[in-house]
Amino acid sequence: MSGVRVENLVKQWGDFRAVDGVSFKALEGTLTVLLGPSGCGKSTILRLIAGLEFAESGKVFIDDQDVSTSDPAKRSVSMVFQSYALFPHLDVRENIIFGLKVRKVPSAERVARLQSAAEMVGLDKLLSRKPAQLSGGQRQRVALARAIVANQPVCLMDEPLSNLDAKLRAEMREEIHRLQRSLNLTMIYVTHDQTEAMSMADQIVLLKDGRIAQIGAPAELYDSPSSVFAAQFLGTPPMNVLSKKSVEGLCKTTKSVDFLGIRPEKIQLSDNGIPMIVDAIDYMGAETVLRLLYQDQRLIVRIDGKTQVSIGESVSVNWDPIDCHGFDINGNRICDSY
Amino acid sequence: MRSASPGMRHIYGWLLLTPAAILLIAFTHYPTIATFIDSFFSKSSAIRPSRFIGFSNYDAMLEDPIFWKVLFNNLWFALGTIPTSIAIAISMALLVNRSLPGQGFLRMAYFTPTILPMIAVANIWLFFYTPQIGLIDQILQGIGFSGHNWLGDPNTVLGAVIVMTVWKEAGFFMIFYLAALQHLPKELEEAAKLEGSSRWYFFWRVTFPLLMPTTLFVLINAVLNSFKLVDHLFVLTKGGPDNASNLLLYYIYENAFSYFDPNYASTLTVVLLALLAIIALLQFFLLDRRIHYR
Repeated sequence: MSGVRVENLVKQWGDFRAVDGVSFKALEGTLTVLLGPSGCGKSTILRLIAGLEFAESGKVFIDDQDVSTSDPAKRSVSMVFQSYALFPHLDVRENIIFGLKVRKVPSAERVARLQSAAEMVGLDKLLSRKPAQLSGGQRQRVALARAIVANQPVCLMDEPLSNLDAKLRAEMREEIHRLQRSLNLTMIYVTHDQTEAMSMADQIVLLKDGRIAQIGAPAELYDSPSSVFAAQFLGTPPMNVLSKKSVEGLCKTTKSVDFLGIRPEKIQLSDNGIPMIVDAIDYMGAETVLRLLYQDQRLIVRIDGKTQVSIGESVSVNWDPIDCHGFDINGNRICDSY
Repeated sequence: MRSASPGMRHIYGWLLLTPAAILLIAFTHYPTIATFIDSFFSKSSAIRPSRFIGFSNYDAMLEDPIFWKVLFNNLWFALGTIPTSIAIAISMALLVNRSLPGQGFLRMAYFTPTILPMIAVANIWLFFYTPQIGLIDQILQGIGFSGHNWLGDPNTVLGAVIVMTVWKEAGFFMIFYLAALQHLPKELEEAAKLEGSSRWYFFWRVTFPLLMPTTLFVLINAVLNSFKLVDHLFVLTKGGPDNASNLLLYYIYENAFSYFDPNYASTLTVVLLALLAIIALLQFFLLDRRIHYR
């Protein structure tokens, strides 16, 4: 099994704990996304797995081998960097086969592997170009081809799409996902973009301040977030989290919760509900996002298509208590529904 | 600017150009041309004024054994200083580019020879090289070798000057390499590391090619410096013994101001300029094509 397992990883920069006791398992052939805001330690974890940094304590297993102290080249991983790390003076061909030359792969095999990797990412016509003559998307493809050609079972990706524009990002996201599945790679993918995480991941490892906030499949994280942080990090617009004061008036709950969470799409406009004032309307085509005011609380509501309401108007909203999430004073989930 | 009449625009243009043009013409173009012309005239004396003699000065130069001697000295001097100082500069830059204790101090120490005045440097090394009481001889005698008159022996004097020049220039060139190294993205090395590339392989395959623009710049400077060296010779050797450490520019100086033969000095200067021009063109046309500029 060429999965990846990390146990109790700790990485410290001076007094700052960038990674604080992180453990998770990435099964063979799956895509695990390390997700979190910047500074949460997700890139550091990736670099620890790659062997570009070494942990203060904790272990990294690849294919059930303890590689915590191994040389990066001996960990059977390939990596795509955020900046792509292309060699600017070498053409696309030499960039892709750089590693094969280092590893002294015979030239016939080199050519064959180059050919198939270049075709897979659609670079076969651009092999003699220099990186400077390529667009952002093409450079990204060179970096991908370099990872593919290495034939390593584990592929690490450090925010690979963050330098691309929105349209290209969606395109490359799909392509990376397709490659990961067709090559049966164990991929660990770092991003701060929850859309990328939701759409690609088999498993999301959500991180906050160097610790794991929650691990699970995207649907699991979305449907039962373990904390207010997880609830608000996943989903656009984020989950509404209302404080206790307003909770009392809004929800007929039997349990004592300090914060009440409700997803914007679970709220309906209705004739008999809680009256609120429309503060802003974001029309997005297929849907409309309303920002409502209730006393000093803000509430985001997502409804279908165009709506007849206008700013300043009073509307009534309602929701099914089963869609509510309860959190305690520390922001931790209390139980499933109310 | 308001649209002026075509005549006014010409005047504006010339007014803007004039300050730079005056400086360039007075201190570069005119002296070059005057030197070129002087090289075709004979030396003037109290009884015989200078007159046109065609290529006679050049014929005399080709017959002049000292000219050939200083030319070859210069060649050896360039070959001895340039590759060595560049190699040392790159090594030092690679060393202080890594994070290590005392990094700032080390960088400063490497750069110190550059900020010292040239005459002071020459005096320091004069002390190093002094027979019997000099630093080198004292060390040699301390470990049981006999002393040597480094600057007095025609066989060692050029080498001694070369060593001093390398010491002085390597630190200067290191600064350029250090700046270039700090511009190289760290991920390149990491990407190579993941593939198992050794430091040595990475240096020759990636770092060195990416440093080539710096190397060309340093190379041009080093070549110019090797032909420009005068100050050290004043203090150390005065070109001696028997012209063993005499270099082209110092020989020109001697001709112009010691032997009072400005016309022969002009002839030598024309040769020096031609040499430098050829070297500069070669560097640009041969090396420039192979260099990757970002």
